[in-house]
Amino acid sequence: MFDLDKWQEILSTIKKNKLRTFLTAFSVAWGIFMLIIMLGAGRGLQNAVMYNFEGDAQNSFWIYRGKTSKAHEGYQPGRFIQYTNKDLNETKRLNSSIIESSSSRLSVSNDAEIHYNTERIGHRVYGVHPGTEELEQLSFEEGRFINQLDMKSFRKVVAISYKTKEALFKNGEEALGTYIRLGDIPFKIIGVFRDMNERDNERVYIPINTAQRTFGQGNNIHNMAFTVENMDLPQSKELENKLRKEFASRHHFDVKDDRAMYINNNIENAKEIRNVFTGISMFIWIIGIGTIIAGIVGVSNIMLIVVKERTKEIGIRKAIGATPWSVINLVLLEAVTITTLAGYIGLVAGVGLLELISANIPASDFFRNPEADFSIAISATILLIISGAIAGLIPARKAARIKPIVALRDE
Amino acid sequence: MITIKNLHKSYKMGHNSLHVLKGLDFTINDGELVSIMGSSGSGKSTLLNILGLLDNYDEGEFHLDDLLIRNLNETKAAQYRNKYFGFVFQSFNLITFKNAQENVALPLYYQGINRKKRNKIALEYLDKVGLADWAHHLPSELSGGQKQRVAIARALVTNPKVILADEPTGALDSKTSYDVMQILKDINNLGISVIIVTHEHDIAEMTDRVINLRDGQIVDPEEATKTPSYV
Repeated sequence: MFDLDKWQEILSTIKKNKLRTFLTAFSVAWGIFMLIIMLGAGRGLQNAVMYNFEGDAQNSFWIYRGKTSKAHEGYQPGRFIQYTNKDLNETKRLNSSIIESSSSRLSVSNDAEIHYNTERIGHRVYGVHPGTEELEQLSFEEGRFINQLDMKSFRKVVAISYKTKEALFKNGEEALGTYIRLGDIPFKIIGVFRDMNERDNERVYIPINTAQRTFGQGNNIHNMAFTVENMDLPQSKELENKLRKEFASRHHFDVKDDRAMYINNNIENAKEIRNVFTGISMFIWIIGIGTIIAGIVGVSNIMLIVVKERTKEIGIRKAIGATPWSVINLVLLEAVTITTLAGYIGLVAGVGLLELISANIPASDFFRNPEADFSIAISATILLIISGAIAGLIPARKAARIKPIVALRDE
Repeated sequence: MITIKNLHKSYKMGHNSLHVLKGLDFTINDGELVSIMGSSGSGKSTLLNILGLLDNYDEGEFHLDDLLIRNLNETKAAQYRNKYFGFVFQSFNLITFKNAQENVALPLYYQGINRKKRNKIALEYLDKVGLADWAHHLPSELSGGQKQRVAIARALVTNPKVILADEPTGALDSKTSYDVMQILKDINNLGISVIIVTHEHDIAEMTDRVINLRDGQIVDPEEATKTPSYV
């Protein structure tokens, strides 16, 4: 198949028809370039959303307080529902077979302003159970999270975020083991964590029973969360209903009262986000296929013009002994060579621009690490080359059918 | 070499059909220098195209070297063209983006001869037509006579049995025309048959034999089929 002479023939033709070559190459390179940019942008959006979403355990349920909106068992609507330790304990007891990690949460930020030496910051302070480490998917840069022993002995310990550390320890002092004040009370730092969800890095965690006792909250908790073993969407909806019933009977509200309690079912959320991204990637594919089709049309369009323009030349070639196949070969190989090279240039330019963007634009909640799926990009290029060749086959065969006499007749 | 019997050819033009060649009979022998004369529309170019395997015919027989040429597929026709014929056209038909040497070498490319060898052969043939110094010039840099000499070199390069020349002097002044005719005569003296289509009497007179065409028929059939006395 490889025939040096044929390539020399093609190369010399390309060299001597620069504008034509450039126009063909440009339409191909542009198509691939746009495809890469779009794939990259779509991926950037997806990465950002997934990154934020993965900041919490994906198999988790979060239960928040509400205010009743319906009269029930003699109670008026408009009653606040106050959760206590009992809610977590009962929920764990009633669902012991499926609950893995769990935690309740009590915000004591109002009474516990964080300070260290002269620094004061407004980060939030939460009393939590050790299960929060799993629920928030915390990773530790230093030290550890709150453990059962801290709980048992009501220790005044605090796990701070890396942001809190940066804000408090501006001179880079050792944070671990140091005491900071929450309100007026000193707490010892036991760990520095990082949460993938950037907004959740403006907070610190202390043991919940310490929080309740120290800040006079009795048995109160604000909300609670737990992870469950793998379950599908219908199972998770079933669990939601069961939880609602349990809370309704404990707190005497109508089980149909949507405002009395809120359940954030992350299994359902994950499913929804996945659906959104299925939609987005379908959208990208549709546009991508459209771009590729535009590229193919461009290539075959130019090829048609090329064949028209080369009618005479092809006629001459045939008169002096070119077989139809050699003519097809000449036109096709030239097209494939150009599309391959141009496709590669478009690919490199597109990937280069994406690299430039991700190196120079900081990650945000909406855009992070735009990257083109390389295998998709390569297959798109190959697809373009093949379809360019197939599209080129029509003009090439037309060229092969040119009757030398017709081509040479008029001058 | 070439035997034509009762050759018919018509062109379809929509619903009408134009009967161009109406039963031609003649023979061209090895090493003959023959001209086909006729005014515009007499069918002489059509005849040349059929002889050169560039076009099909409808009826009759066409023997080339005892080989019946009929309904050749394109690939076969291309191979025979390359093997038997060299073409010289009125409008030269050089490939504009190739220089003289590359133009001359092109038929050899289709014979599968390697680049080095075919460039060497091409240069030899350019030398034969006196254009060795112009080998690297593009056609646009050559005069009409030079272009036609390049075209003749290209026609000769495959060492064909027959040179088919379609109005080879049509685009040239009379001085250059005679030069070109002299080259064609020299070729003929090497034993290659030369068939020239022309409408110019003085050109036709320089050939051994004239086949006169009028309205698709040979004007003087005896003259056309007779074997020239010197063969």
